Amino acid sequence: MSVASDTRIASARRNGVIGTSPTRPDGVAKVNGTFAFSNDLHADGMLWGATLRSPHPYARIVSIDVTKAWKIAGVETVIIADDVPGVLTYGLISQDQPVFASDVVRYVGEPVAAVAADHPETCRRALAAIEVVYEILDPLLDPEIAIAGTHDAIHPLGNIFRHQPIRCGDVDATGDVTVEGTYEIGMQDQAFLGTEAALALPDPGGSGVELYIATQWLHEDRKQVAACLGLPESKVRLTLAGTGGAFGGREDISLQVHTCLLALRTGRPVKMAYGREESFFGHVHRHPATIWMRHHARDDGVLVKIEARFVLDGGAYASTSSAVLLNAITHTQGPYRCDNAVVDGWAVRTNNPPCGAMRGFGVVQACFAHESQMDLLADACGLDPVEIRLRNAMRTGDRLITGQVVESVAPVERCIRETAALPMPAAPVGGDDGDPLHLPGGTGLTADVGDVVRGVGWGVAIKNLMYSEGFDDYSTARCRLADGVATLEFATAEVGQGFVTIAQQIARTLLGVDEVLLEPMSTNVGSAGSTSASRQTWMSGGAVDAACRRVRELLFEHVGRQHGIDPLRLAIDGTDVVDTMGDLCLPVAAVTADGLVIDETVEYHHRPTADLDENGQGDCHTAFAFVAHRAVVDVDPVLGLVKVVQIATAQDVGVALNPLSVIGQIEGGIAQGLGLAVMEEIVIIDGRIRNPSFTDYLLPTFLDAPDVVATLIEEPDPQAPLGAKGVGEPPCISVTPAIVAAIRQATGRALARVPVRPQDICGL
Amino acid sequence: MSDDAPLAYRLNVNGTNHDVADAWLGESLLYVLRERLGLPGAKGACEQGECGSCSVLVDSTLVCSCLVLAASVVDRDIVTVEGLGKPGSAAALTDVQQAFVDAGGVQCGYCTPGLVVAVHDLLDHNATPSTLEVREALSGNICRCTGYGRILAAVEQAVTQRTNAAR
Repeated sequence: MSVASDTRIASARRNGVIGTSPTRPDGVAKVNGTFAFSNDLHADGMLWGATLRSPHPYARIVSIDVTKAWKIAGVETVIIADDVPGVLTYGLISQDQPVFASDVVRYVGEPVAAVAADHPETCRRALAAIEVVYEILDPLLDPEIAIAGTHDAIHPLGNIFRHQPIRCGDVDATGDVTVEGTYEIGMQDQAFLGTEAALALPDPGGSGVELYIATQWLHEDRKQVAACLGLPESKVRLTLAGTGGAFGGREDISLQVHTCLLALRTGRPVKMAYGREESFFGHVHRHPATIWMRHHARDDGVLVKIEARFVLDGGAYASTSSAVLLNAITHTQGPYRCDNAVVDGWAVRTNNPPCGAMRGFGVVQACFAHESQMDLLADACGLDPVEIRLRNAMRTGDRLITGQVVESVAPVERCIRETAALPMPAAPVGGDDGDPLHLPGGTGLTADVGDVVRGVGWGVAIKNLMYSEGFDDYSTARCRLADGVATLEFATAEVGQGFVTIAQQIARTLLGVDEVLLEPMSTNVGSAGSTSASRQTWMSGGAVDAACRRVRELLFEHVGRQHGIDPLRLAIDGTDVVDTMGDLCLPVAAVTADGLVIDETVEYHHRPTADLDENGQGDCHTAFAFVAHRAVVDVDPVLGLVKVVQIATAQDVGVALNPLSVIGQIEGGIAQGLGLAVMEEIVIIDGRIRNPSFTDYLLPTFLDAPDVVATLIEEPDPQAPLGAKGVGEPPCISVTPAIVAAIRQATGRALARVPVRPQDICGL
Repeated sequence: MSDDAPLAYRLNVNGTNHDVADAWLGESLLYVLRERLGLPGAKGACEQGECGSCSVLVDSTLVCSCLVLAASVVDRDIVTVEGLGKPGSAAALTDVQQAFVDAGGVQCGYCTPGLVVAVHDLLDHNATPSTLEVREALSGNICRCTGYGRILAAVEQAVTQRTNAAR
């Protein structure tokens, strides 16, 4: 299916069911300004909260004096580490991060104190009045020094988050041809537009708290928040507030505990809302990585062995570093067969900003390295980039370097061939021949059309779906059918991806109803797991599917009893219950109009996974998706400017439950991958973020976004409850190496680092 | 703000006068709209005029309300996303708003109100913009979710509808 000729809304299909593209249930509220994002919330008597952060990458706290802050009119409370009533630290995997630093600060931006006051400006003045005396310590800023062990431990848990080797097959195997390179990936920011914000409402007497929060996983937040507050989880109730994007940056705790603490201390509602600068300090980023790879191949290009070493800088606290590393190293081979591998991965602690989840989760880093290597190998073997990839393309049933067999549908060859079949863009125009906005650098005549060089590059990716390494990953959904209306309840964080639309489509399809209501997403219902790892369509879609199927079974039993028909003969046809072996045809609305209420809650678990052993062997992943990207770029080699003209892509989606949503994920992911390729990097100097603003951290704008031509590869995956694979992450993974490969082709530069900067292209 | 002299002034927003009392002089138009006047449609995302999420019209000029001091726009005609629809029918969407919903131009929605205001401003000045003119005009509005493709489709839908209606 191509975007340009989208004819999937077949007339035979009732609009709003699976396979159609109904509009979002939150669409109207989002276009007219009434949709309540977390920082839109307000409560009577509400105070504002704000956070004091460390100005040093590594320092001992000698003293904190809050006296002057307390004296400012309008200040209601000032809290520090001593005021945390429960567990003093939190964390997704290892609880190693303090709610407030008490003895040492380990990164620039680490919270030290918080205030609540009547106005954001009062908060700002109160923070400025807090006097903290620091004794500066020698920071650990180089991950290689962390590995070497020559710096003192900067945390009681040490400086190594994880070291994981993979040894596969014949580790001494060699190829006719070898190519090697060392690749660097810069630190990328999720840059979700709706910065962190929350509103906490204390229960009378401080016995509990209600938190309205923009997050990716309500129940995980509740677990960590309740522990730090010293309250039972039942006394901490979370409701999803409108969430302005996430992309991994809302997996970790940011202001959740602080907001609740301030509310409980003051007995008043407290709202915290980060500005953009604070947001850069307030959430984890994509791990910067250095990856060395050596590929061995036969002289016909078939892979023999891959050697690799990964170093991920996890920053000051663990977050998800160990899982990001697992993902990175287990995707070393990319979507290609390879029997032999020697891989070592390190994720280490430094005094740089903490890193964790971002869309692609370790695979982005691995893919830039393996795709750069595939191009080197193609050159060495005299093959073109498409041919080398086709010769090695993975298929269902192939074994990964972890020993795991790829049971997922693996249409890698099809992704490549169908991408190659998409039309190329028109030749460059500019200067006198067209609008200079088309040229690299845009207006200002920075490039002359005669100097512009065009390049084409390729990237292909494999991405694991759902959680890995033995995690019992599940989602919960409740479905209630009454009066011809289905009501769904789940805690699935809707962060913009459109799960709310998919959920309605599933219920309409299975239950023959048109109206599907959605309860607020909250901890009133069981966990849905995280909106991450491209997992919610599969997991929460699976839970909604299972809940609706259970309700449908009970509906058929009811109709069967009433009409003396075996319920197994009944089916839903459109909006009717029909007897497949007789004439009975009853509108669902009529069947449920007589007071019948069916209400079922179901959990969906994916199949179990295993840990890796000491040789990196084990069935650690659940399922995989695949994608190919072809990039066309125009480069001004004199000024080092790049215009990404077009991205062609074919993506393995299983089934497109909502084709318009899938296209939205593809185009959005491509823009983020473009950002990493040529624009986006958090610049760290001496442990400090030097560009914490949208003035200095450059995001793709409307003028930077390329034309996208896309084909959806629809081969339903038998493991997936709806046949559909998650589509969120693959679009942003191999587009980055494709763009860089295109710039290499245009310029002849090696370009082993992303983002590619003008000076890299000019050779300065 | 207890330490500063409180300020009182009146703003005309969406055709209605709003009295602002006990305000701090340093408050931006964005802050006053959102926190004092109950109009949270304009969003803050960068506080530097880089992202366009806070776009509103002041005397028919598109501005970033995060960069405008509220007290400096007394007696000016301010229009926010809440004021774009037909007066008296709160539920009705403008053609541009409907196009964003129909075309898939909305994901998280945080940039959407600012973009809707910016698209109205564009089409008021240029009824049939080329694709490049749309991209240029909206390049001050950052969207992190969509990659802009479906937003472009939404603008095209609105342009086509207006063109057809004018025939």
